[in-house]
Amino acid sequence: MRVSEQQIGDEWSSASQVGQALRHRREQIAQRWADAPLFRTVFTVSRDEAVEACKAVLDALAEVAEAGRVEDVDAPGFFVVREQLARMSASRARTGLSPAQIAGEVAALRSSAVEHLTAELEQEPTAVVHGALLALTTLMGTLRLVVMETALSDGAELINRQRQQLLEVATPVIKLWDGIVAVPLIGTLDSARSQVVMESLLEAIVAQQAKYAILDITGVPTVDSLVAQHLMKTVAAARLMGAECVVSGVRPAIAQTIVQLGLDLGGVVTRATLADALAFALRGLGVGFGPTSQGAVAR
Amino acid sequence: MTTTGTDTHRGSPTCLPIRSDMDLMWIRQEVRRLATEAQFSLVQQTKLVTAASELARNTLVHGGGGHMEATVLNEGVHTAVRLVFADSGPGIADVDQAMSDGYTSGGGLGLGLGGARRLVHDFRLDSEPGRGTTITVVMWHGGVPPTRQAI
Amino acid sequence: MWLPQAHVPVLRLDDVLLVAIQGDLQDKNAERLQYDVLRHIADNPATGVVIDISSVEVVDSFLGRVLAEIAAGAGLLAAQTIVAGMRPTVAITLVELGLTLTGLRTALDVQSALRMLREHPAPAAREHGERGAYDNDRD
Repeated sequence: MRVSEQQIGDEWSSASQVGQALRHRREQIAQRWADAPLFRTVFTVSRDEAVEACKAVLDALAEVAEAGRVEDVDAPGFFVVREQLARMSASRARTGLSPAQIAGEVAALRSSAVEHLTAELEQEPTAVVHGALLALTTLMGTLRLVVMETALSDGAELINRQRQQLLEVATPVIKLWDGIVAVPLIGTLDSARSQVVMESLLEAIVAQQAKYAILDITGVPTVDSLVAQHLMKTVAAARLMGAECVVSGVRPAIAQTIVQLGLDLGGVVTRATLADALAFALRGLGVGFGPTSQGAVAR
Repeated sequence: MTTTGTDTHRGSPTCLPIRSDMDLMWIRQEVRRLATEAQFSLVQQTKLVTAASELARNTLVHGGGGHMEATVLNEGVHTAVRLVFADSGPGIADVDQAMSDGYTSGGGLGLGLGGARRLVHDFRLDSEPGRGTTITVVMWHGGVPPTRQAI
Repeated sequence: MWLPQAHVPVLRLDDVLLVAIQGDLQDKNAERLQYDVLRHIADNPATGVVIDISSVEVVDSFLGRVLAEIAAGAGLLAAQTIVAGMRPTVAITLVELGLTLTGLRTALDVQSALRMLREHPAPAAREHGERGAYDNDRD
């Protein structure tokens, strides 16, 4: 398609007309936008706060339009409001809105802007009004993309952070005795979790100078070949560091599953309960239990 | 319309020769530097450096030497390091066999290729007998993105 | 952080040889270390060899093989080898790589390695053989 200089000139002037209109009608449009859910539910301190936020977005849009970059999500004009937009989309996302729904809320801002632009250009010929409306529509579409982009990258970050926190919270490593650490596993062991379990247990072995590490699987609902493999890997890694692993909490049902699946836990020390595993480790450390004493005493 | 969110931005690649076992040390050092730059965890750094060491040694011993090209990639919020090992040696006739554990033609443990594959997220081997071998590996930070364009 | 080590010295404490690998090791120096350790034992019998790898950031299958072969060779000369101080990151990587070095004795640090040699000069059973079985944990 051939684009004449005349057309480019028209597009440019349409964009700058939109910019001027947005600046001129800044107050009125901001008052309308402040009632839209996107602003009203995010800036809850006062209505003025919401109005100010609207104005910031309008200023950004005007700057982008005046620069003739209505299609450019990377236009410098957006930089100032990027953080604010990210906060808005994150806030909406927290209430359970999907990125598409958030984008819908952004799109809903267009109508009041269109009204004011049409009113502003009342005296102009139809062709000019059409050109400006087209530019405004493009500009609002670009704003929607900018919000979508921040919403998505923000969401991904949030999910990653939460996933990491959840993993860390779910795997506390406990020191049971001098030289003995234990990690009670609760819930399903997927690859990501077992990786965190392995790392925190091995770190604890170094930090506590632990000769024995107990992996308690009482809280693990099922042991399939994948879980067994993760356990084997942890045991092997601990052994390479010079510590011995004991797997405890092997309930009868799980023992049966392991046998039925033909899983090979070759060489791994297993015990029925955490207490049994602790006794095993204490014996290994040379800690004895006197028949009459209340607690354990070192030999 | 630009779509910056899904574009893969590449840093300028660094290229290192693999001609001697001294070069293997430079490779380990450079890969460690890039993995740190990509903010990999210590475990991830160690895995990538170890994989690089295995693959560089494979290039040296079986490919008769070659080079490694390393690039840091950015795809949205995801960062990755991509390593390409290339030689113009005899190539690998049976790729499946070469990838299997325990298979060795050079007196090693035979864990090099299969082991390196287990340490990274993406692994691709291109080889033709007589035309050399190219191995490309990618390690992601912050999870593997849904659309992997890097390899 | 990155320290190339040209030559690894072998120290003797009574009848135990102590080897501390510092930083990254060139292949030929790893092979030389293997020779040096066996040479020391042959010249002057030792009951144990402790290899401290707490400063080693990367162990690939080559260095893994060298460690296993030092242990196997020393075993033939009646000396126990203990690899001490492997970092968690290295242990995780080796297991993922498929190199579990089951024939090697390991210890948390040099001190516990020396204690192990004193208390159990000859372990009851080396069930996996001297050379070490290389388990392959496949995904």
